[in-house]
Amino acid sequence: MSDIILETQDLTKHYGGVHALTGANFTLRAGEHVAIMGDNGAGKSTFVRQLTGVEVPTRGKLIFDGKERHFENPMDARDAGIETVFQTLALADDLNVPDNLFLGREIFKIRLGPFSILDYKAMREATIAGLEKTAVKIPNINNTIRNMSGGQRQCVAIARTATFHSKLTIMDEPTAALGVQETAQVENIIRTLKEAGEPLILISHNMRQVMDLCDRIVVFRRGRMVANLAKGDTDGQDVVAYITGAKTQPEYNFEVS
Amino acid sequence: MAETSHGTGGLTFDAKKRSWPNEANVFIALILILLAFEALGMTFRDQSFLFDFNEARDGTILNMARIKIIILQVSIVGIIALGATQVIISGGIDLSAGSVVGLTAMVTMSFAQTGMVNGNPNPKSLFGPEWMDLPVILPVLLGLIVGIGAGMINGLLIAFTRIPPFIATLGMMVAARGAAQWWSRGQPVSFPTESFAAIGDGMMPVVWFAGLAILFHLILKYTVYGKHTYAIGSNEDAARMSGIKVARHKTLVYAIAGALAGFSAIVLASKNLTAQTGMGLMYELDAIAMAVIGGVSLSGGRGSIIGTCIGALIFGVIISGFTFLRLDAYYQEMVKGVIIVGAVVLDQWRQQRASLKG
Repeated sequence: MSDIILETQDLTKHYGGVHALTGANFTLRAGEHVAIMGDNGAGKSTFVRQLTGVEVPTRGKLIFDGKERHFENPMDARDAGIETVFQTLALADDLNVPDNLFLGREIFKIRLGPFSILDYKAMREATIAGLEKTAVKIPNINNTIRNMSGGQRQCVAIARTATFHSKLTIMDEPTAALGVQETAQVENIIRTLKEAGEPLILISHNMRQVMDLCDRIVVFRRGRMVANLAKGDTDGQDVVAYITGAKTQPEYNFEVS
Repeated sequence: MAETSHGTGGLTFDAKKRSWPNEANVFIALILILLAFEALGMTFRDQSFLFDFNEARDGTILNMARIKIIILQVSIVGIIALGATQVIISGGIDLSAGSVVGLTAMVTMSFAQTGMVNGNPNPKSLFGPEWMDLPVILPVLLGLIVGIGAGMINGLLIAFTRIPPFIATLGMMVAARGAAQWWSRGQPVSFPTESFAAIGDGMMPVVWFAGLAILFHLILKYTVYGKHTYAIGSNEDAARMSGIKVARHKTLVYAIAGALAGFSAIVLASKNLTAQTGMGLMYELDAIAMAVIGGVSLSGGRGSIIGTCIGALIFGVIISGFTFLRLDAYYQEMVKGVIIVGAVVLDQWRQQRASLKG
């Protein structure tokens, strides 16, 4: 039994002549929190889009949860157990918390095609369980998202992960638009996920946050992975050197070869 | 509040907190308008609007005759407003409903004609004697098919060509009116069978309206169809990312609106015992106005069937009230206009306040 949750081999995405991502070999172990860093256009978002089914890779293998996967769309990835908190929140403002969490995968009391009857009670209970698991506090889950702060909205998006017992959570800049207090709240939730042994891929520009929350840092530059650093062996300055191109780990030294 | 505050980052959890429903505001508006007419009636006509103090009446103190008229006169447009409500909640608009009523009334009446009128052959016969006295189910089904067809064309245009709903349904509005005129070369079609005439007889339009209102209230509130309609109107991208088949759902929303317009045409034709090419003129705007007065947001995502029904009642009260005060119909239209704009302004003002508080 391998404890590798996610593995990519030679994952590559070209948009015509633009090589957005080339030959990414990435592994994620059970319970591990890995940060992905890199400048704008370094390929980290492209990498994540291949994992979440938003785009289909040009070539390469994606092995998740022991099986090779070919995600055609975000639903495929979600059904396989990859939950993504997108930079632009995919929430419907006029729906309340349970309705948003279960949007597109509702629980039914009676199945009648498009007029299937919703099981509000089951969805509410699952939502409360999910919120408790992540220690997310929302003033009132019956409130619509419209009436919530940015931090609360982000928490709702993250709570989806816990509610659906997903096997991997990916967060794309979850605190970029938040204030100090709200950022602290989201970080607390990420710590709760860590304690629960839930694996996570975190894309972030915030060095302090990455050093606080993650076990390993993977750096992308110009469409390629250039470093794979255990937190204990590195520090902020070292990581920045990899991001800017001052350093490249020998095993990734593609520029010379 | 204190014993439930165990949140992180200063947030508290209070599951009992319930928000004041928007429908309650609309209902208060209805009561205020009723009171206004009551006061005006007492002042200027020395007569009560809603109550009947004449002891010789049928036991109740309410003026039931007036209340019946108020509800009856909004029932047929009210059926269209149910369809308009779900279209607007999905973030769209349907301008074609009135014309679809015209076309459907013509088609359905053409197959509902009776052969003999007072011992003479039907003078308005459209297709000749072999198309007379058909079973009532046939014209009803044909009418529904015409309505659903028109609605589906709207929906397919909007969902797959991505043209704005305003344009697609404007096209249908013009085309369906043309088709209604083409159908009988502009001639009215009259004299239905007895069973067809029973559909819209007496208070039957109210029964249909109430029944359909309850049905659509349940559909919007308790089925996945309703949930996805709100979700699409609220944030179409989020709905798509959540795996909702947005194009298919929109087509269904417009088809159902078409079915309701078609059914309203059947009731209208039956009630009037005739179909004319100009039937249903401006009904779509009255229906949209009922929804908007009832708190359905034109930007999508918010509103309810209950709100629309109260909106329809407000509409009926205003029309009856003006007649009761013996004011000209011109004033009615002007005040209707003011109320529509006022409802939207109030709704926006309320939203801004809510978002400032949040």
